[in-house]
Amino acid sequence: MKKSKILMITGSLLLLTLFALPLWNITLEAPQYPDPLGLDIHIDKLADGNNPNDVRNIDLLNHYIGMDRLPEDMLEFKIFPIVVLVMAILGVLVGLSGKPRLYLTWVIIMAILGVAGIYDFYSWLYHYGHNLNPHAILKFVDKNGNPMAYDPPVFGTKQLLNFTVHSYPASGAYAMMVGIVMAIWAFVTGKKEG
Amino acid sequence: MKSMYKNAVMALVLFAGLTLVSCNQGGSNNGGALKSSAAEKVFVAPGEYDSHYAFISGGFSGQLSVYGLPSGRLFKVIPVFSVDAEKAYGFNEETRDMLKTSHGYIPWGDSHHPDISQTNGVVDGRWVFINENNTPRIARVSLETYETAEIIEIPNSAGNHSSSFVTENTEYVVAGTRFSVPIPQRDISIKDYKGNFKAALSFIKVDPESGNMDLDFQVLMPGFDYDLSHPGRGKSHGWFFFSTYNTEEAHTLLEVNASQNDKDFIAAVNWKKAQEYIKQGKFKTMPANYVHNVYSDETHTTTSTTKKSVRVLDASKLPGLVYLMPTPKSPHGCDVDPSGEYIVGSGKLSASMTVHSFSKMLKAIENKEFDGEAYGIPILKFESTLAGTVEQPGLGPLHTEFDGKGNAYTTFFISSEVVKWKLGTWEVVDRKPTYYSVGHLMIPGGNSRKPFGKYLVAMNKITKDRYLPTGPEVTQSAQLYDISGEKMELLLDFPTVGEPHYAAGAPAEVVKGFSKKFFKLEENKHPYATKSEDDVRVVREGKNVHVYMTAIRSHFAPDNIEGIKVGDRVYFHVTNLEQDYDVPHGISMIGANTSELLIMPGQTETFVWEPKQVGVWPFYCTDFCSALHQEMQGYVRVSPRNSNIKLSWSLDDE
Repeated sequence: MKKSKILMITGSLLLLTLFALPLWNITLEAPQYPDPLGLDIHIDKLADGNNPNDVRNIDLLNHYIGMDRLPEDMLEFKIFPIVVLVMAILGVLVGLSGKPRLYLTWVIIMAILGVAGIYDFYSWLYHYGHNLNPHAILKFVDKNGNPMAYDPPVFGTKQLLNFTVHSYPASGAYAMMVGIVMAIWAFVTGKKEG
Repeated sequence: MKSMYKNAVMALVLFAGLTLVSCNQGGSNNGGALKSSAAEKVFVAPGEYDSHYAFISGGFSGQLSVYGLPSGRLFKVIPVFSVDAEKAYGFNEETRDMLKTSHGYIPWGDSHHPDISQTNGVVDGRWVFINENNTPRIARVSLETYETAEIIEIPNSAGNHSSSFVTENTEYVVAGTRFSVPIPQRDISIKDYKGNFKAALSFIKVDPESGNMDLDFQVLMPGFDYDLSHPGRGKSHGWFFFSTYNTEEAHTLLEVNASQNDKDFIAAVNWKKAQEYIKQGKFKTMPANYVHNVYSDETHTTTSTTKKSVRVLDASKLPGLVYLMPTPKSPHGCDVDPSGEYIVGSGKLSASMTVHSFSKMLKAIENKEFDGEAYGIPILKFESTLAGTVEQPGLGPLHTEFDGKGNAYTTFFISSEVVKWKLGTWEVVDRKPTYYSVGHLMIPGGNSRKPFGKYLVAMNKITKDRYLPTGPEVTQSAQLYDISGEKMELLLDFPTVGEPHYAAGAPAEVVKGFSKKFFKLEENKHPYATKSEDDVRVVREGKNVHVYMTAIRSHFAPDNIEGIKVGDRVYFHVTNLEQDYDVPHGISMIGANTSELLIMPGQTETFVWEPKQVGVWPFYCTDFCSALHQEMQGYVRVSPRNSNIKLSWSLDDE
């Protein structure tokens, strides 16, 4: 088999690691939490990020500022697995076809889906951080007098009250990125192989 | 090298400072530089950890306290044999049976000798065993939960003093009786002591996995007083040594009548031989009456069982089981060196200390070098087992521990000092005063094959002028010495809880990894546990009312209860729903004739309230749990006996 085909097929199969590995991790640091709290975002669930019971303990803290409980099921948790599975199968088929142009198309679709996914993630965080219970125990306002919002960053680090919040891609996202790079590489070598 | 240089500079700077000060004051002040180096050695910076744990017995407080070394900071007081209202120990429904004995419920005990479990002769940091002297019992404290996990009563015993020391793989924890008594107990004249009173040495088997204790057998001995004991180790593993006094078998004015014999004995018990005799069925099953209490970390409840018999081996009738080694003048301490070769007997009324040799003992047994017998037990010739004598080391030797580098350290009660001497040459190499009247001493791991010879803790019986006065009763105290050098150096005095009778210590790395952070809620098998706020309820069974309550930051569920009547017996079964480290909740009810509860995350505890007055009565969280701790409260409405208000409960009116 040609090198490009192997790269393309392996790259798309790497997507399947997302069924086991988390896509994103949000870590909350505070002096009272020498073991920081963590939230792992998977394509099909939210999970304890750093210690057992993290989701439970984040919910417990969030109730003071009137945040909703973290969702156990969302529409995304149903859609994402299907999208990932379809893209993986599609990638394998594209690889078998051996056509570099299709490789590139696959990469472009992946990029569009990625941007859409991140936008969805952002809007979820925004909604979650802004949509607060009016009877919240602790109500803070920002310097303009507006109710304080608690949306964690999509990417990067931010201070939220006593917590320093870090939001970064996790192992699953890195595996996916490697997969995409392999698909681009497949496209380049495929063209050379002519 | 660098730190030496730094110390030297510090010393110089301080010395210069002192010179200035003393010039100004025109007085003299010396030792300042030395003191500053002692301060450095015990300083543990804020947020840093101590390097060693010390588990110090509370003596007559009945507790075991946990300290850090070298700072001498107190971390925790673990209630063992005495009630503790703060932790509801002995008060709540779950732990009251821990203090049950064949004599009924006893709220107090006298804790003496903690010993850490061992594997291959090295302390392993899993459990601490400790004996209760007054109503003979042995407890096992878990170093996962730092709670008392188990207490077993010892039958045929009184003044459970030569206890609770473990063999080198924690096969047994051993308990010896100080007072001899009629066995079995019966109504006879005290004057008939001699020949009629007997002693029992108890071998309690320890389950290697769970740590659960079971009284395997007792060795029936002549009616002496068995003062202290230690296991053989290394080459002497399989033997256990007990010091005795009152071999005169006096029954009154013992201070005179038990001090007449020139020599008493160290009894060497061959427990491997005892196991053989048990296997051969050479034991007698005697009726007994003793209670065994086990606390479960799953049901968070005590199970108490009464046992009615014990297997007894009679030392007078079973050859090879026990030998007696004559030891001058009422030996107190009976300490075995790390190699297992030397057995140090501290004749407390003698001017010198006697050290026996294990290998010479074996040879003397082989060659039958006997000097008569006592109640059928062979007495070995004094010279045959003697390894050496430490001549005139001090007054009133009590206890000896070892540093693993060939040195022994003995406390002297009367001359108030610790004396360092060399094993083998028996020469005294250093002595340092204690303040005052030292009893036991402890070197971490000092009772094992592998002592960690850096620190020595001396535990004093009196303190007099060492601390700010606090009325007639002044603080009890321990003292920390650095023994890493040729000379001992006093580093620190620190006050202790109760009488620091004895202690056990180990490096922090050996112990700290076992510590639990919280109890898993899904593993909670308490019969009255409430694992979710959806399950809270109040159930009436005649006059008994069971409240299935939960606590989580920052509310109780339910927090309003109506329909309780005067004369009811209300059980509050409170489950702490938290699943995070260091988030206990407390609860107390106005007028409840009991202690508060202090409930660890994932745990369920129960207190009983018997309302006597009509009204609306509040309860609240007693442990500052969160920012809204002050809001964590609730009300119970109490109506007259004949009222027909329905039982109801709610949280947020739902």
